[in-house]
Amino acid sequence: MMRLPLFEFRAPRTLEEAARILDAERANAMPLAGGTDLLPNMKRRQQVPRMLMSLRHIEILNRVALHDSGSRLGACVTLSEIAADRRFRNGLTALAQAASLVATPQIRNMATLGGNICLDTRCNYYDQSYEWRKSINFCLKKDGTTCWVAPSSRKCVAVSSTDTGPALMALGARVRLVSRSGEREVLLSDLYNNDGIDFIKRRPDEILAEVSLDNLHGWKSTYWKLRRRGSFDFPVLSVAAAVSLSGNNTVEDARIVVGSAACRPLAAMEAAKSLLGRPLNQQAIEEAAALAARIAKPLDNTDFDMTWRKRVTAEFVTYALRELRGDDVRAERESFTRCAFE
Amino acid sequence: MLPIESQKTSQIRFMLNGEETDVSFAPYKTLLEILREDLGHTGTKHGCELGECGACAVLLDGKPVLSCLVLALECGGKQVLTVEGLGEDGGLHPLQDAFADLGAAQCGYCTPAILVTAKALLDQNPHPTRDQIREAISGNLCRCTGYLQIFEAVEAAMLKIAGQKTSAT
Repeated sequence: MMRLPLFEFRAPRTLEEAARILDAERANAMPLAGGTDLLPNMKRRQQVPRMLMSLRHIEILNRVALHDSGSRLGACVTLSEIAADRRFRNGLTALAQAASLVATPQIRNMATLGGNICLDTRCNYYDQSYEWRKSINFCLKKDGTTCWVAPSSRKCVAVSSTDTGPALMALGARVRLVSRSGEREVLLSDLYNNDGIDFIKRRPDEILAEVSLDNLHGWKSTYWKLRRRGSFDFPVLSVAAAVSLSGNNTVEDARIVVGSAACRPLAAMEAAKSLLGRPLNQQAIEEAAALAARIAKPLDNTDFDMTWRKRVTAEFVTYALRELRGDDVRAERESFTRCAFE
Repeated sequence: MLPIESQKTSQIRFMLNGEETDVSFAPYKTLLEILREDLGHTGTKHGCELGECGACAVLLDGKPVLSCLVLALECGGKQVLTVEGLGEDGGLHPLQDAFADLGAAQCGYCTPAILVTAKALLDQNPHPTRDQIREAISGNLCRCTGYLQIFEAVEAAMLKIAGQKTSAT
């Protein structure tokens, strides 16, 4: 039986109080929101913070504000709330789809947006019990010195497994980070780092408090997720795409993000750029799909064959762009996953 | 020195199956652990401990959650419903009746969690489609039934509850 390790527990009521606690404790403390990632990791001793600081009692972190000028989502808004909120459609559909495809209904009732953005990276050699990891003398990410996926690598290659991260990057999201010394707002794409250990540039004294999105009127977005089962599983490849189309269906602006193919979600900049000023016809879509697949370099450290996952990248970009131009691709989506909402 | 499991240094008061309940427990425990070990409510099952099987689902303030991933320390003042609180007036809940009648429980290990999860669905949506039932319990693994009997039992309970409501009005 796996028990949680001992920890000190704090439950601040305000963001200021939380910032003071983190300022004093730094890396000794970890913010706890839904707990659906952190608590299993603690049971397996992958993460062993001396203090857990609950964010669930800070009312301001539970707010959702959607205005004409844009939206602001508190970090503790649950994935269920986002998936069920019909205001997250059209431009924001990718976010609602990503949230609705995380794990299971019970987990989405607990898991939060901030938690999913900050989700720990995953690897077949890391997401195991303490005894299992000990039997291989641990790995580079935790307690060991060797990366068992790439033994000559000095860098951990654990996989970014967030669903909302790629979706939010495709929507151009920014995140607000609050600490005792002040606050900063950064593009989510600048928060991630392509390193399995230091995958997020949140300082230990900072709280990821809020996600903000521009008004995406005129945009359409979508999210495609690959996993073995239609529920439960983390993504092993995903594609988020957003486009702004002019009246005659030419692409005014586009963003394509590939998830679970590296230690961070990858912006497929060249693929997106190749679409600008062109109609979303078969040739444009095929070119963008090939360019996006080029940046995906999945490794053999998660479910499914890595070369097949790379091939799926191009398929998913194709489905996503066809969907955004108005094709009915429900059958393609239903061939490997459920449709969580219409 | 006492073993760590018996160091009950934390206390909360919460509503368990409609009854105000005080409990003392070791502070690292999850809701699942205090229900089973400190309160003797063993109806909620202890499965994978990692959020991968759904056997420990309970309703927290009416919503299905996995009790193995909820800190007991976070449950003060909350409403918790487990399978022990499902029946009313000493009788079985229509879902429990239907599960028994239609063979929706075989080994029974997943059953308490599916019952409370299905109750939350029917409370929120009294006439769910088969797809909505599938979606609602997609977080609950069952290795015996193949799920069909479970879907049929939820649908049978749905009709029975709707019938009860009609006859009551």
